[in-house]
Amino acid sequence: MKIRNYWNLRDWGAGVWERANRPQRVAIAITSIILVGLLPFAGASFLATPIASYDAVLVYPVGVFVLMALGLNIVVGKSGMLDLGYVAFFAIGAYTMALMGTHTGLNTWEIMPFGIGFAMLAGVLLGLPTLRLRGDYLAIVTLGFGEIVRLVVLNSTWSKGPNGIANIPMPPDIGPLKFKLDDQKVFFWVVVIMILLTIWMIRRLSVRRPGRAWEAIRQDEDAAELMGVPTLKYKIWSFTLGAAVGGAAGVLYGSKNLFIAPEMFTLNVSILILSCVVFGGIGNIWGVIVGATILGYLPDRIRFISDARLLVFGTVLVVVMNFRPDGLLPRKKREKAIVKKGVNA
Amino acid sequence: MFAVLIDQFWSLTIAGIALGFIYVLISLGYTMVYGVLRMINFANSEIFMWGTFGTVITSRDIFHYTQTSEPAKGAKLVLVLVTSLLMSMLVAGLTAVFVEFVAYRRLRMKGTNRLATLISAIGISIALQEIMRLLTHSRPVGAPRILEKIILTEVWGANIRLDTVITIIAAALIFFILERFIKLSRMGKAIRAVSMNEDAAKLMGVNLNRVITTTFLVGGLATGAAGFFYITVFEYTKFNIGFTMGMAAFTAAVLGGIGNIRGAFFGGLSLGLLEVYASAVLGTQWKAVTVFIVLVLVLLFKPNGLFGEAVQTTRA
Repeated sequence: MKIRNYWNLRDWGAGVWERANRPQRVAIAITSIILVGLLPFAGASFLATPIASYDAVLVYPVGVFVLMALGLNIVVGKSGMLDLGYVAFFAIGAYTMALMGTHTGLNTWEIMPFGIGFAMLAGVLLGLPTLRLRGDYLAIVTLGFGEIVRLVVLNSTWSKGPNGIANIPMPPDIGPLKFKLDDQKVFFWVVVIMILLTIWMIRRLSVRRPGRAWEAIRQDEDAAELMGVPTLKYKIWSFTLGAAVGGAAGVLYGSKNLFIAPEMFTLNVSILILSCVVFGGIGNIWGVIVGATILGYLPDRIRFISDARLLVFGTVLVVVMNFRPDGLLPRKKREKAIVKKGVNA
Repeated sequence: MFAVLIDQFWSLTIAGIALGFIYVLISLGYTMVYGVLRMINFANSEIFMWGTFGTVITSRDIFHYTQTSEPAKGAKLVLVLVTSLLMSMLVAGLTAVFVEFVAYRRLRMKGTNRLATLISAIGISIALQEIMRLLTHSRPVGAPRILEKIILTEVWGANIRLDTVITIIAAALIFFILERFIKLSRMGKAIRAVSMNEDAAKLMGVNLNRVITTTFLVGGLATGAAGFFYITVFEYTKFNIGFTMGMAAFTAAVLGGIGNIRGAFFGGLSLGLLEVYASAVLGTQWKAVTVFIVLVLVLLFKPNGLFGEAVQTTRA
């Protein structure tokens, strides 16, 4: 077991953080935020992506994946419900942006609350009847929901069907910072801010009543119910908060991409985001961020093997899961569910 | 709106039953693995897709039929069809065993969380699909017509075609054989024992690894047979057909009660009929939506599926 300690980056990182005093912690946080903020300028280094534009890759997939993976982590990682239809909330956000952006004079920031609101509403509407189901049944119902949203959008006239919606407005400039299609640094900074807000929200919730309720539900739902935790209520909360993050990511994506079509919201996106969560280390936000960054970035970095890159991607998933089943940066041992053999999670 | 449905009720019904039997066989692949491992076999859709290629390879590369050649007749026809069926089953069965070996075994032995296994299965299914995409250059592959689609008779205004009849009879037969295998054989008994209580089965001397491999193999064989019938009816395949068919078959398995072999039978048939009727009434583009809505409703009111034994209680 000694050798594996070298691999235990999570404990090493947690140790550094634990030993640091308050000024040091502030320094660490500010340095890392600045380093991340400077990432778009590193395009000329070994990080460069061969075909896609480097700062565009940083926004989508990398930034948006991190954001969505954090949102999905609330549902899957914190409260242990398997959601395979997460793309639905992303799609709802993006279509809210597209429809309101093209039909009303509102700008991206004004539409953002609407997008989040609609996604949350969808989360509640889906959650109320289905969150009584467990495990794989919940997975298949959410998967169905994701497909229903995509198919409704694909087959309706208001959404222009398979043609998608074009000419979605860009966000307005913030002072000297201009949003441009060929230079997406500002988009990246916006995503980073959204990610920081999400991390802050998750960390605050985790240490309070909802976080404890989710933890209890994840470890043993029956026991939690018996202890007086209103499980359905907190499950819906977790689902809805996850949906809100997905909706916000969708609004930003719509506004960044200027064009959206139903084919962008297939089941594959849900699966990819779930892979990010599990690959990085389910339940641990830093692991999730690492996982989403790698899985978002990797396909574009290895474009030189262009055709086989998804094959490599699939193989990487299998290999990593086989050798590190708890993800690259797993959550702390005590937070792991008490595994009862043969009982559905 | 309902005019089409009433007009062509019987021909729709026959088409629905044929499609339903294809679903029955694919959902066997899901349901058996679920019964034993309590896990969705995410790669089953790709196993099906590989199975369809088994048939194409047999007719095109072994018997050298082309798109323009005459359909086979007599003894040759039987030979080609049987070889194709066996080839599809073999390809799919081996793929399933491979999936178990690569994606499931190590994780299962370690007894890790279910999500890791799910992601590993997703990974292998991406890889399988990509391999086929690269091999076929992302193009759809047409299968040569081996079986002439003769109209046998007409019943209530519906044409009964030879390929539908063969599909229905042969698929029902294969299902029946597999069902008997699970019910009567020693290995089948072991499979059922493991799905009821893994630990107790182990204590009774059941070789768990062998049971699980066999389950994957049998599920793969059924799925491969479905691939053969799919080609017989639709005469076309592509690297990405697995997704739609797999989704529908999984829905069928859940509809009938996943983990339950008879449930797969009823679920598959009802789903086939439902899909065909729904596309007649609402248009083809809405059929998947209808299917999912029905699924959600069924799960809400009968969470264990229409014909399901309670999954939770079989293994309490």
